[in-house]
Amino acid sequence: MSEPVTASAPRTTRADALRFYGLWIAGATLLLVLPLVFSSGGSLTTFSLIGISIIFALSYNILLGQTGLLSFGHAVYYGIGGFLAIHGMNAIAGHEWPIPLPFVPLIGGLAGLIFSIILGWVSTERAGTVFAMISLGVGELVASSALILRSFFGGEAGVTANRTDLPAFFGLTFGPQIQIYYLIAAWVLISTIAMYALTRTPLGRVCNAVRDNPERVQFIGYNPHVVRYLAFCFAGFFAGIAGALAAINFEIANSAYLGLVQSGVVLFATFIGGVAYFFGPILGAIFVTYLQLGLTDLTAVWQLYFGIIFIGMVMFAPGGLAGLIMMHRPLARGGTLHMLLPAYLIAAVPTLALAGGVILVIETVSRYIVHADASTMVNLFGIPFDTSQPVTWVIALVLTVGGFFVARMTWRGIAAAWDRAATAARDKGHLA
Amino acid sequence: MLELIVISTLNGVLFGMLLFLLSSGLTIIFSMLGVLNFAHASFYMLGAFFGFQLTRWIGFWPALIIAPLLVGAIGMAVERYGLRNTHKHGHVAELLLTFGLAYIIEEIVQLIWGKGPMDYRVPAILDFPAFTIFSTNYPAYKMFMLLISVAIFIGLLVVLKRTRVGLIVQAALTHPHMVGHLGHNVGQVFMLVFGVGTALAAIAGVIAGPALVTQSDMAMLLGPILFVVVVVGGLGSLSGAFIASLLIGLVQTFAVSMNGSLASLFGPLDPSIGPSLLTDVWNVTIAQIAPIIPYLLLVLILIVRPMGLMGTRET
Amino acid sequence: MSAAIEIDAVNKSFGNAKIIRDLNLRVEQGERHAIIGPNGAGKSTTFNLISGYITPTSGEVRLNGEVISGLSPFEINRRGLSRSFQVTNVFGRMSVWENVRCAVLWATGHRYAFWKNVDSLPEVRERTAAILEDINLAARREVPASLLTYAEQRALEIGITIAGGANVILLDEPTAGMSRAETERAVELIRRLSEGRTLVIVEHDMSVVFGLADRISVLVYGQIIASGTPEEIRGNPKVKEAYLGEEAH
Repeated sequence: MSEPVTASAPRTTRADALRFYGLWIAGATLLLVLPLVFSSGGSLTTFSLIGISIIFALSYNILLGQTGLLSFGHAVYYGIGGFLAIHGMNAIAGHEWPIPLPFVPLIGGLAGLIFSIILGWVSTERAGTVFAMISLGVGELVASSALILRSFFGGEAGVTANRTDLPAFFGLTFGPQIQIYYLIAAWVLISTIAMYALTRTPLGRVCNAVRDNPERVQFIGYNPHVVRYLAFCFAGFFAGIAGALAAINFEIANSAYLGLVQSGVVLFATFIGGVAYFFGPILGAIFVTYLQLGLTDLTAVWQLYFGIIFIGMVMFAPGGLAGLIMMHRPLARGGTLHMLLPAYLIAAVPTLALAGGVILVIETVSRYIVHADASTMVNLFGIPFDTSQPVTWVIALVLTVGGFFVARMTWRGIAAAWDRAATAARDKGHLA
Repeated sequence: MLELIVISTLNGVLFGMLLFLLSSGLTIIFSMLGVLNFAHASFYMLGAFFGFQLTRWIGFWPALIIAPLLVGAIGMAVERYGLRNTHKHGHVAELLLTFGLAYIIEEIVQLIWGKGPMDYRVPAILDFPAFTIFSTNYPAYKMFMLLISVAIFIGLLVVLKRTRVGLIVQAALTHPHMVGHLGHNVGQVFMLVFGVGTALAAIAGVIAGPALVTQSDMAMLLGPILFVVVVVGGLGSLSGAFIASLLIGLVQTFAVSMNGSLASLFGPLDPSIGPSLLTDVWNVTIAQIAPIIPYLLLVLILIVRPMGLMGTRET
Repeated sequence: MSAAIEIDAVNKSFGNAKIIRDLNLRVEQGERHAIIGPNGAGKSTTFNLISGYITPTSGEVRLNGEVISGLSPFEINRRGLSRSFQVTNVFGRMSVWENVRCAVLWATGHRYAFWKNVDSLPEVRERTAAILEDINLAARREVPASLLTYAEQRALEIGITIAGGANVILLDEPTAGMSRAETERAVELIRRLSEGRTLVIVEHDMSVVFGLADRISVLVYGQIIASGTPEEIRGNPKVKEAYLGEEAH
């Protein structure tokens, strides 16, 4: 799972195989015991959301990371999956069909797949910027149509279902959140294995080739349009599963499921996690879901922080979290990772000051200008600040400006330390 | 009926010209820098909000000059400190940067001005009916908007045909790979082009603000239509952007003013069927589907002419 | 038996510029055929016309007797023609192994398969390994293609081209930019790999051309001015005047 997407044939030694399967078993075990360790209702809800987000982000990465397609409309297939799952649940309950809830995500998946088959051929005709714009246009088309076709999409209110109306599954009614968690966890495991396996098939490999050089692919027998189309259909299928799970979890589907905002969130999660490694989007889904839930409690302008983190990532760490982690692997193997530590610690101080300054500026503006009725107190790293006091404004500016200039110097220190560590590792023969 | 046609044509051309103020900048930036500026509509929104704020402080006419300059300066800073550093990571990273920027600009606008609509009024001097057709008064401000956009359109033509920078831009439009051979001042040309492009968007924002609604979601509403315009017109084609702007401006304006539906044409469907997808489609009015017409047009064009109306380029 | 490649009265214009003018060329089965000519004569354009990268304005290209002009590059490739590029054109972020294996997949019939594990296809693995041996990159199989040296990338370019097992191979300046020693190794490689196939090669290095080719065609201003064995070409006064003469001083 930690193999880069572009890795070559693994040398099948026994130790490698053991490590490979060990990782999957560890992942499955983690999914199994998580709710036993954190058993509060809040954590169960959070884990459920993270699970849905993981499947959605991994499906998005079939497009962005594997095939090089930047989509602004992936939520269409997620939303369609969600709506079809709700209608499916109502139909099953209404006709008393013997289909239990755990199979409902398949309805969503198939719905996503069918819509991808219909909309995908036009969408994937070309890659690059044109694909991005078409995905946006198709996304808006479906999202706007959803508001017109009220009998199916339920207008602004959406459509609802009751998941406990479905036949029980081995005595499980799927009323309690813990049962929903395990349902989602099972689908996370199945989908993740399936999507990983997809990267190891001839199609998965050729997707990478299309991403790297769509022109050359034509001269080794492949039609890049077909490759993109197939990747698009798979992405739509798994997005549909994620949407269905969301519909099961909330027992509602509405037009927000398939809108531009939802498409943006999955793009953020996938990119912040890192598109070049299979496990990147998993990290991103966890991080972004926590950020969404955590920040909404702390601040009224959480989306602004979200955007700033995203832009920071695009500019300074385009490999995402996974890229940042995997950068350190050769140094860790070479045993020179510790050489970075002093530089990291030195840089941490002004960087944190800079971050604190920016937060203070944003919160001051937010509370002083707009939300004058809210409390003026901001708690930053345990220190209370009163945003109505000029002294706070001065501190905020000093931290931001001063922090930036000092931090920039220490970042150069990191670069220098990096060079030394890399050289040392190379001397030991650990870097190509 | 004739009244409706005349008014809708005027409004449609006006909307089309506004779209062209935006899509021309977008097209030129795309041809020169190779990046489709996702945040272009956000600069239009900044123009409207700056225009609104400056009108409060110093009046509409100074605002009409200063707001675009400010937005242009922000645009230049974005090119210099954002795009230029991201360029080495490729076009996808650049597109993502402008996507994140669109997101941030919307959040900042909301942070400062809130989510509600602004009380951005037509300047008193232009607040009178220009003429009356049949029974409808056509506002002078709309004529003023049309005048400004046509004036800028002509100005743009002159700059493109007569100046050195204009020639470079023209060369870039037809031979995008030649841009790399501009020499040492390529960075300055890029920055200037980005600044002018965003300033044009801001002018559209300042003048459209009082007529349309100045609100923090205006970029999100207009942005996707703008991309439809440039894709339908053919990426990188200025004449294509012009035709597509007018086309979409007219089509959408006419659609909004029409109340017909299949039901009104052929009589209502038998009510005993009850609500279904079919009755939805049957009873929907053209005005209701107006928002999706540009996207339908996009899909149709892509099936018939994947390059766009006037496009010559693969990517 | 029909010729491997037949170019029949092909014209190609870009706007007003006629790049290829009434081009006729016949490459027999199993022949090693070199196309030479001064810069801008249209050699790469000819390759682009044969391989389907561009379509002729008029005229016909036939592969083993079948008309291929107007087909897509991948359709032509599936009919047994493969080409390399003058500017190295590989899959940069993928390893050497992956690069060659992708080129093997279509020909081994796995195509768009998404139900097979790509690592457990013995014939794919063996063929990929054999090609890596052939192009001397077996030791570099894990390295991303973008990190290879120039000569290694050129070798990989040839490896990708032959991996599909095409019968007709087009090589566009395979030794351009190589040192003397590298060129000699590359020629040896090309000679070995083109055994039993039809080879068309565009090349500037005359020692490579005369050492390798069974027949040579000289292209000047979009037209073939002479075609024949190396001896005939060497003795042809028209060629001397148009091309070799320039090269001599």
